[in-house]
Amino acid sequence: MSIGSGTQLGASQAGEPAALPVPDAPPVRSRRLRLPRSPKVLIGLGLLILFLLLAIIGPWVAPYNPSATLSTTTSFPQAPSAAHLLGTTQQQQDVLSQLLVGGRSTILVSFVAGLVATVLSVIVGVTAGYLSGLADDLLSMLANFFLIMPALPLLIVVFGFLPSSQGSDDVLIGLIIAITGWAWGARVLRAQTLSLRTRDYVQSARLIGERGWRIIGFEVLPNLVPIVASSFLFTVLYGVGTYTALAFLGLVNPNHVSWGGMLFYAQVADAEQAGYWWLFIPPGLAVALLGTSLALINFGIDEFINPRLRAAGLSRRRVRQITGAARATLAPGRFILGLTPVLRSAPADHPNMNGSRATGAARNARRASDGRPL
Amino acid sequence: MRVILRRIGFYILTAIVAVTVDFMIPRVIPGNPVNAVLAKSQGQTITPATVHALELQFGAHTSEGLWGQYTHYWSSIASGNLGISTSNGMVPVASVIRGALPWTLGLVGTATVLSFILGTLIGAVVAWRRGTWLDNLLPATTFFQAAPYFFLAFLAIDLFAVKLGWFPAERATSIGDFPAVNWNYISDVLDHAILPALTIVVASAAGWIVGMRNVMITTMDEDYVLLAQAKGLPKQRVIWYAARNAILPSISSFSLAIGFVVSGALLTEIVFSYPGLGSLLLNAVLDSDFPLLQGIFLVITMAVLLANLAADFVYVFLDPRTRQEA
Repeated sequence: MSIGSGTQLGASQAGEPAALPVPDAPPVRSRRLRLPRSPKVLIGLGLLILFLLLAIIGPWVAPYNPSATLSTTTSFPQAPSAAHLLGTTQQQQDVLSQLLVGGRSTILVSFVAGLVATVLSVIVGVTAGYLSGLADDLLSMLANFFLIMPALPLLIVVFGFLPSSQGSDDVLIGLIIAITGWAWGARVLRAQTLSLRTRDYVQSARLIGERGWRIIGFEVLPNLVPIVASSFLFTVLYGVGTYTALAFLGLVNPNHVSWGGMLFYAQVADAEQAGYWWLFIPPGLAVALLGTSLALINFGIDEFINPRLRAAGLSRRRVRQITGAARATLAPGRFILGLTPVLRSAPADHPNMNGSRATGAARNARRASDGRPL
Repeated sequence: MRVILRRIGFYILTAIVAVTVDFMIPRVIPGNPVNAVLAKSQGQTITPATVHALELQFGAHTSEGLWGQYTHYWSSIASGNLGISTSNGMVPVASVIRGALPWTLGLVGTATVLSFILGTLIGAVVAWRRGTWLDNLLPATTFFQAAPYFFLAFLAIDLFAVKLGWFPAERATSIGDFPAVNWNYISDVLDHAILPALTIVVASAAGWIVGMRNVMITTMDEDYVLLAQAKGLPKQRVIWYAARNAILPSISSFSLAIGFVVSGALLTEIVFSYPGLGSLLLNAVLDSDFPLLQGIFLVITMAVLLANLAADFVYVFLDPRTRQEA
C-alpha cells in the first residue's frame, strides 16, 4: 500500500512532494488529516470546542429556568441589568438562560444533520464514483436532483405539517434536514473517487483480487478523509442555518428553547423596530459564531487538500521564517506569478517531522522562489 | 450540443419529479386537507362548489384513482390552472402568485447578479494580492456568510432604518402608493428594495469570494498566465486571462448557490414584510392553504431549474472544451 499517495489527493498536480514516512510514527499516520496550525484554524477549533462545551453544560449553568416567567409587573422586554445580564424577553424570561439552554438543541440538531448527511453522501458518492456506468448515472442524477430542488421551501412545507409532538424532537429534525443536505458532499466525493479509482495502487489492489468493499474501505476511503471532513463541517453549517431558519419561522415547536426560537420571539416582539437589541443580537451572534468556527476549520481543510492555498496566505516574514532564507525573494503581495511554492512548515511547527525533510522542503521552496521571474 | 441536450433532459426529468412531489404534498399530510383548509378559512363564504373543487384537487372523496388524479393534475397545470387560494378570498392561485412574483424576481435576481459580480471581482483581487492585508477579508466575509440572512436583516433594520433612518424598514412601497410609471413610484420602490437587497448581497457574496479566490490561486500557476506575464502584457490583461479561466468553476457551482440564495431571500423577505413569495409561502403554510402552497413550491422549483439551465448555457458558451466533446 503506497503511503505517499495518502496525502496527495486531488491537488497532486500541485507538485507536492510525496510524503515521506516519518520514522517515529507508524506509517498510517501520514494518511491522517493534519490541519495546518494557522490562526484561522486555531480560532475556529477553539470556538467550536467552546460551543460544544456550552451544549453540554449550558442547561446546568443557566441562572434561571429559560421558560419561566420571572415577573408579572411588566409586559415589555427589560434591558440588561445585574439581575438579568442579557435582559428579559417580552414574556419576562431570562435571555441569558435561554441562550445557554438553547445551544444544546441547536448544536444537537446540526450535528445529527451533519452526521447523517455525511454518511449518506459517502454511501452514495463513493458507490457512484467507484462503480461507474449505469449505477453511477442513476446515483448522480439522484444527487443532482436533491442539489437543485430548493430545500428550504420543501422543509417549510414538511415542518409546517409536522405534528407538534414531533416538532421538538431534535434527532428527528436533524434527520429531516439531513435528507435535504447530503447531495453536495456526494457530488464532491464522487468526483474524487472517480479520480482515485484509476490510481495505480487501487488498480493493483484490484489485480491482486481484492474484493470491491475492501478496496473501497481500505484504499479509497482513507484518502477521502479530508473531503469527508470538509463535507461534514459544511453540512453541520447547513444544519445550523436551516434549523435556525425553521425555528425562526415558528415552524418548530416554539416552546422548545433554541437560538432560532429566540429569534422567532424577537420578531414577534418587533425587536428590530423597537430597539430591543438584546433579544436578537445574542442568539444571532451565537449562530453566526458557531457557523464561523465551522467555516474557519474548513479553511484549514482546504489548505490541507490544496497546499497552494497554504502558501498563498503567508506574509513575507512568515515565508522567510519557513524557508530560512535570509531574504525572501518571493515577496507575496508584490506582483508574483508562476509556481506558488508549496511550503512545508519549519520543524518548530511540527516537532515530529525529521530535519532532513524540512530542509529538503525549504530547499524546494527556495529553488522555486529563485527560479521565478519577478 | 450533446452536453446541452443531456442537461435539458435532466432538467425535464427533474421538473417531472418536482411536479410529482408537488402533487403528493396534500396527499401525504396527515389528516384531511379539505377539512384543514375549511377550518382555517372561517368567515368566508364556502359554497358546495368550492368544497367539491378542493376535494377534486386534493383527491379526497373522489372515485378517481391516484393515477387519474395525477394525470388530471398535469392537465390543469398545463392549462395554467393552479387551483384557488383559500386564504386569500378564494381567488385563483395563479393571480395571487402573479402579484408576488415580480417582487421576488426583482429583488432576488438583482441581488444574485450583484453578489456574483462583486464576489467574483473581490475574489480575483484577493487572490492576486495574496499575502497582503486583503487575506484578512476572508475570515470577515465568513462571518457574514455564516450569519443567518434574517439576523443580518435584523441588524440592517435596527441600524439603517431605525437608528439612522436612511431607509424604510418594511414593505416594498409606501402605504397608499399606487403603481405608476413615474419617478416618484420608481424611487419609492428602489428605496424600499435597497436594504433587503443589501442584506442578500452581503450574506451571499462571501461564497463567491472564497470560491473565486481558491480557483484563481491555482489558475495563476498555469503556464499560460506565466507566458502572458513573460511577454510583458499589461497587468490588467494578465489578470483578465487568469480570471476568466478561474471563473468557470464558480459558474458550474451555480446550482448549489442559487438554492441557498433563494432560501435566504425568502427569509429576508419575511423579515422586511416584502410582498414576495417568501411571505406568501409562510402564510400559506400557517393558513394550511394547500393550493397556494403547491403553486408557490412549483413556481420556485421551476425558477431555480430555469436559472440552472441558463447557467449551463453560459458555461457551454464560455468553455469551448464542453463543446468539443460532441
